[in-house]
Amino acid sequence: MLSGFDFQTIVNALPYLFLTGMTFTLTLTLFATIGGMIFGTLLAVMRSSDNRILSGIAGGYVNLLRSLPLVLVIFWFYFLVPFLAQWLTGSSSPVRVDPFWSSVITFTLFEACYFCEIVRSGIQSLPRGQTLAASALGMTDRQALIYVILPQALRNMLPLILTQTIILFQDTSLVYVLSITDFLGAAAKIAQRDGRLLEMYVFAAFVYFVISLIASQAVKRLQKRVAIIR
Amino acid sequence: MSMITLRDVSKTYGDFRVLSGCSTSVSKGEVVVVCGPSGSGKSTLIKTINGLEPIDSGNITVDGTAVSSPTTNLPLLRAKVGMVFQHFELFPHLNIRENLALAQIKVLKRPRDTALEKGAALLERVGLSAHAEKFPGQLSGGQQQRVAIARALAMDPIAMLFDEPTSALDPEMINEVLDVMVELARDGMTMMVVTHEMGFARKVANRVIFMDRGEIVEDADKNEFFGKPRSERAQQFLSKILVH
Ligand SMILES: Nc1ncnc2c1ncn2[C@@H]1O[C@H](COP(=O)(O)OP(=O)(O)O)[C@@H](O)[C@H]1O
Ligand SMILES: [Mg+2]
Repeated sequence: MLSGFDFQTIVNALPYLFLTGMTFTLTLTLFATIGGMIFGTLLAVMRSSDNRILSGIAGGYVNLLRSLPLVLVIFWFYFLVPFLAQWLTGSSSPVRVDPFWSSVITFTLFEACYFCEIVRSGIQSLPRGQTLAASALGMTDRQALIYVILPQALRNMLPLILTQTIILFQDTSLVYVLSITDFLGAAAKIAQRDGRLLEMYVFAAFVYFVISLIASQAVKRLQKRVAIIR
Repeated sequence: MSMITLRDVSKTYGDFRVLSGCSTSVSKGEVVVVCGPSGSGKSTLIKTINGLEPIDSGNITVDGTAVSSPTTNLPLLRAKVGMVFQHFELFPHLNIRENLALAQIKVLKRPRDTALEKGAALLERVGLSAHAEKFPGQLSGGQQQRVAIARALAMDPIAMLFDEPTSALDPEMINEVLDVMVELARDGMTMMVVTHEMGFARKVANRVIFMDRGEIVEDADKNEFFGKPRSERAQQFLSKILVH
């Protein structure tokens, strides 16, 4: 059955697939994870706050983004940002935005919602006594958050955060709608050029599968090591 | 000289009155034990003293500072008043050494070395020097509570508040914690202690406060209280807890 399966196409494409495609995919995953974690933690803190306005804004934002299809946001953002940048900089024509940065921003905004929900449940799962103890020692709310609450919430939630990062790694393939050469985009380009759709798409699926599998096994191992002793 | 003064303090949750017209005072170096049935408002009362629970009316002063005044810097005040909780509330992500140092460094802005030294000295005092590198979850309840006391003492508090410090402990661990508290009382620390350990009260308390349904029903000299409590509710309460 595999007689028509051309392994040589894959072998020849490896440098391009990995050096160009996978590098882009991993860089995007890394940047969006860092950006999404920072923004998501900020949203989580806002949502958990007693201030109705802050928690309302954060809640509204999260609900809005979670009710939009990701691919639409990617698309929309890519075409909207040049005009936004034009307006912000007062330039006479739309500002060309690098597709990489456009993707980083989109994924950051989107992933922040998921990270927000994860971090928020991490905050909520801590006993109220922890905040009381921090306050009783004279810490301000901010200090309690930074030194007592967030370190515990983030550590308890690390496995979920990493699992979400694996999902993000897979989701970054959606940037193909912007004709970006991420891993899937690179595979698609070779597939078109060489007329080897089966080979390239099977191989791409295999690579996503293996990387995700290894990563989730690693998360499972880590889970035991990072758990806070109670 | 009065260190802690409560004047006509009241507080409600919705239409439930947790504290109703509570007045008392604790002088410098005095040890006051607060007892009373569960739900009578003891925890709430003790938390109003460092502003962890806001009050609806009345006023509270600690070392001359009005706790519920809007201009009071509460974190600053709380840094001066130690508090020990029923469930210890050590920070589980930090080892014992760091648990003792954190607030000293972040709140009092002590240099790290000074804070660690101070922590080590207090850990020695509560007999747990060998455990500095361990995490709270690796210690027994009694050990954790002794660390929690040391953590509060590291801030050089002018008074200490205890909310049922031994009621979450297995019976065999109660004494190791009470011993530390007795020693603290004998060193002249101003203390307000919610507890049902009447042995502790007899040994070191100057006064005993009995609360019921949000009210301070008795506030008497220790000998007077144990001699013959005036209220029937206090007598019933005592006869119940002194049986076991
Ligand atoms: N946040 C709250 N909201 C409503 N009721 C509360 C709250 N906290 C405490 N209470 C009630 O106030 C009463 C006194 O509580 P507490 O001060 O903890 O009593 P104690 O420490 O003497 O057992 C209890 O009946 C309790 O249910
Ligand atoms: Mg209580």
